[in-house]
Amino acid sequence: MLSRTADSLFWLSRYSERADFVARILDATLRLTTLPQSYSGGRNEWESALASAGNVELFRSLYSVANEDTVRDFLAFNPRNPSSIRSCIETARENARSVRTALTSEMWDDLNCAWLEMKKYDNDISQEEFARFLDWVKRVVLTIDGSAYRTMLRNDAYWFTRLGSAIERADNTARILDVKYYLLLPETERVGGSLDYFQWTTILREVSALTAYHWVYRESVKPWLVADLLILNRQMPRSFANCYEILVRYLDLIADAYGRRGPSQRIATGMRARLSSSSIDEIFSRGLHEFVTEFIDENNRLGLAIAEQYLS
Amino acid sequence: MRIRISHQTRYIYESPARSVLQILRLTPRDSESQHILWWRLEPSVEGRLKPFEDAFGNLCHDFAPDHPVEDFTIAVIGDVETHDTAGMVRGTVERVPDPVFLRETPLTAADDAIRTFASEHGRHADRDPLGALHAVMSAIHRTIAFDTDPTDAATTATQAFSLGRGVCQDLTHIFIACARHLGIPARYVSGYFHRADGVADQEAGHAWAEAKVPHLGWIGFDPANSISTTEAHVRVAIGLDYLGAAPIRGSRRGGGGEKLDVRLRVDTARRQVQTQS
Amino acid sequence: MAGAAFDEMNGSGSGTDGVRPPYEALSAWLKQQPPEFFNTRRSQAELFFRRIGITFAVYGENETSERLIPFDIIPRLLTKAEWSFLERGLKQRVAALNAFLKDIYGPQECIRAGIIPADLVYRNPHYRLEVKDIPIPHDIYVHVAGIDIVRVGPNEFYVLEDNARTPSGVSYMLENREVMMRLFPELFARHHVAPVENYPDALLATLRSVAPESVARDPVVALLTPGRYNSAFYEHSFLADKLGVELVEASDLFVKDERVYMRTTQGPTRVDVIYRRIDDDFLDPLVFRPDSILGVPGIMGAYRAGNVTLANAVGTGISDDKAVYTYMPEIVRFFTGEDAILKNVPTWRCREPEALSHVLAHLSELVVKEVNGSGGYGMLVGPHASKRELDEFTRKLKHNPENFIAQPTLSLSTCPTFVASGVAPRHVDLRPFVLSGADEIRIVPGGLTRVALKEGSLVVNSSQGGGTKDTWVLDG
Repeated sequence: MLSRTADSLFWLSRYSERADFVARILDATLRLTTLPQSYSGGRNEWESALASAGNVELFRSLYSVANEDTVRDFLAFNPRNPSSIRSCIETARENARSVRTALTSEMWDDLNCAWLEMKKYDNDISQEEFARFLDWVKRVVLTIDGSAYRTMLRNDAYWFTRLGSAIERADNTARILDVKYYLLLPETERVGGSLDYFQWTTILREVSALTAYHWVYRESVKPWLVADLLILNRQMPRSFANCYEILVRYLDLIADAYGRRGPSQRIATGMRARLSSSSIDEIFSRGLHEFVTEFIDENNRLGLAIAEQYLS
Repeated sequence: MRIRISHQTRYIYESPARSVLQILRLTPRDSESQHILWWRLEPSVEGRLKPFEDAFGNLCHDFAPDHPVEDFTIAVIGDVETHDTAGMVRGTVERVPDPVFLRETPLTAADDAIRTFASEHGRHADRDPLGALHAVMSAIHRTIAFDTDPTDAATTATQAFSLGRGVCQDLTHIFIACARHLGIPARYVSGYFHRADGVADQEAGHAWAEAKVPHLGWIGFDPANSISTTEAHVRVAIGLDYLGAAPIRGSRRGGGGEKLDVRLRVDTARRQVQTQS
Repeated sequence: MAGAAFDEMNGSGSGTDGVRPPYEALSAWLKQQPPEFFNTRRSQAELFFRRIGITFAVYGENETSERLIPFDIIPRLLTKAEWSFLERGLKQRVAALNAFLKDIYGPQECIRAGIIPADLVYRNPHYRLEVKDIPIPHDIYVHVAGIDIVRVGPNEFYVLEDNARTPSGVSYMLENREVMMRLFPELFARHHVAPVENYPDALLATLRSVAPESVARDPVVALLTPGRYNSAFYEHSFLADKLGVELVEASDLFVKDERVYMRTTQGPTRVDVIYRRIDDDFLDPLVFRPDSILGVPGIMGAYRAGNVTLANAVGTGISDDKAVYTYMPEIVRFFTGEDAILKNVPTWRCREPEALSHVLAHLSELVVKEVNGSGGYGMLVGPHASKRELDEFTRKLKHNPENFIAQPTLSLSTCPTFVASGVAPRHVDLRPFVLSGADEIRIVPGGLTRVALKEGSLVVNSSQGGGTKDTWVLDG
């Protein structure tokens, strides 16, 4: 397969995953801000949404304050933000368009329709319409992912789409932890008291794991268990551990098909080993933030290794 | 005259550039007006350096460094013995027929302004082509101010003509456009020029034109100096325009911004005076 | 040659001589159908087209509508005898084109013999000095030719143009047939139509046959496109798909040690044959236009070294030239030793003074074409031109006669075509695609019929309101 084709498949999956992530952040933030001030702890949740979704500097250069209106505009609609939902859908489709024949017609139709539909939306909509818009985004990404799963041949083309989604997911989960890790630390529990409950459930919502949490732990929401779910729990689709299960599996399939292993396989296997041998207590005692920061760096390193090995 | 040329072109990139590929037209050939005593072409990094001859008979090299490079230099150095042939170009390698040199190229296309200019100054081109070409050359020299600022390697004859300024490359393109408009085959020459004022360090190589005058053959016209070529000119490559004769054309992947540093020295080579020991 | 046009169904324009035999079944069938039938079928065709087309209509909404070239549902028929004649003529002509190119990039005997003026070759920017005396694998230059043919009478065919650079339109030929077979199975049952669907196979066989002699393994073929913003991109992607070869852009290729490689997920893969759909000018920024981002730096070095085949070869544009075209009868005779089977349209070369004065005196009867124009641009159709247009061309012709040729206004044949007013005759031409391999010349029967949808119009180019038809060669 041409490297450019693989590159486009990889990035179209990353961008469609990112659109879903940004939609979830916005959704969870909207919910949190509807609580009375006393419950949300008086923080500017829009600032925090911005920090999780990335590119604060760009935001500052475009807007003067971070509030519902500006953050909504920036994260959902602004074409100058390369990770806004609009940009994500456009970039995903642009990538799809350049490798049209490597996709199934279902996948192309889904992406193309999403792109056409996206033109209808702008920031001049009500909160209620905006909520429906976010639902639409999440559904679109499900459909795209579903088409890939149901229609693509199980060959390297499919594998590169899986790598793209998994690496993006891992990055997204890590970004949330990077911004909100302090809410999960034991000291903060004392400081924030029960107010933090709503922050923890917000985190779970952002990775759509609120229900899953209860199924897995059958306990009230505890910060270290939230961290455990997001980092180490292999049942949880968006956890670091599961993302690296997927990355290792598909990188192995590629290596077998091509008859050659390389840095990507080494990095992914190394990370999976680290995750499976760690316990959440250990991570807390060594420093949650340090762990998350290292993970983000390592995940980026894997992205570069994949690019170097296959995509360029 | 024995001329020593030392010409270094240094490329500095922000980050290592990959797949650098260059075509070098930096090797002069012998003719009646010049004899190459010795000549060396030396890139500062390891790589593939393969000689070939292009369509015009220029001696070229394909150059491709083996590894990504951040900083490298293409250096040429050598001595050339030159003779004054009163502008006559003889003994050169001629690979393409004359009508080719009547072709218009994007860099040498004439517009109405150039055509009018050429017809006016080259009035008697059919009776006295040599006189007409000299008239055109000195008119260009008078009209176009030498100025390194407003033009670059991609400037066309018409652009430079309407600006009224340019460097030797632009003046040469305008001359070629005029000559071809008058029905006289003309071509671009890239090379070196030894300055009479003793200034040896120069900022760039030189360029001039050759025109095919019936019964006389190819004659060198240097509109930047408004003279026929002399023993001060060292001829390296010819083409329909700058692009065909360019000393270096290159491409690369990555590397970010590029800084170019050219060092050129054209000097009288000292003859070693041999004495009995 | 003016006067009523020859109608391929009804014979001469008067319509008195009855339906010509090859069209009998079609004519009867056309008469049987109720008027609304055609409308329904046309909408179905359009629907089918959009659906098949949607595979390639990867453009924005506005561009998508531009991409759908009008399709006429009534096929254009040619008999086996007519086709055999055309086929022989096409093979002869393309063989002559290849021999001509081999000669002018080699010994130049045809110039020495005075068959074609040296000036016309040397001064032509499409004559690429860079490939003079460079050995070309198997001596084939024009691997894919699109020869535009017009018909003016029962047995009178003329070649209007030789497209020897990167002729396009073959995807329409294939799609038109696909749509017709779905829409009118009963018509196919009544006619024995020679298939065209083997074109991609024939093209692949052709491309593989011309791999450099040094390639011992199975040759790797790729199709080089300028990219998705090119107007013919859908054809590039369609063909790559049908051929089963990679569709590459310049950035997918690189040259190392005079060899061309594709960047793939499994590392660099050597490429032996490149079916390139970009013009010479853009091929290699180190040799041609330095500002080209569509080209591959160093590819001309690999080409010179004989390590890669470019199809079509570099420099075929010279034989595409309208001024060179006028010498084709002499070129065919010189290189094949036979008279040209397919005639040229009589042409005045405005570079010749007597011809120029004739053209200027008869401008309102003639078609004047710019030597380097294409797609129906830079063209004057005398009988349809306004006074202002005539004046403008008079000025252009006097100013730069070498740039123009002139031809009589041919009364192109008409075919029944479904238009707003019902079934009516419209002028057509034909572009068969001729494939030249190391082993043989292949032509699938038929080609692309282009039709001028405006009543009386002679301009069939899609950019000027032309449409297409399926072309049926009746096998027996």
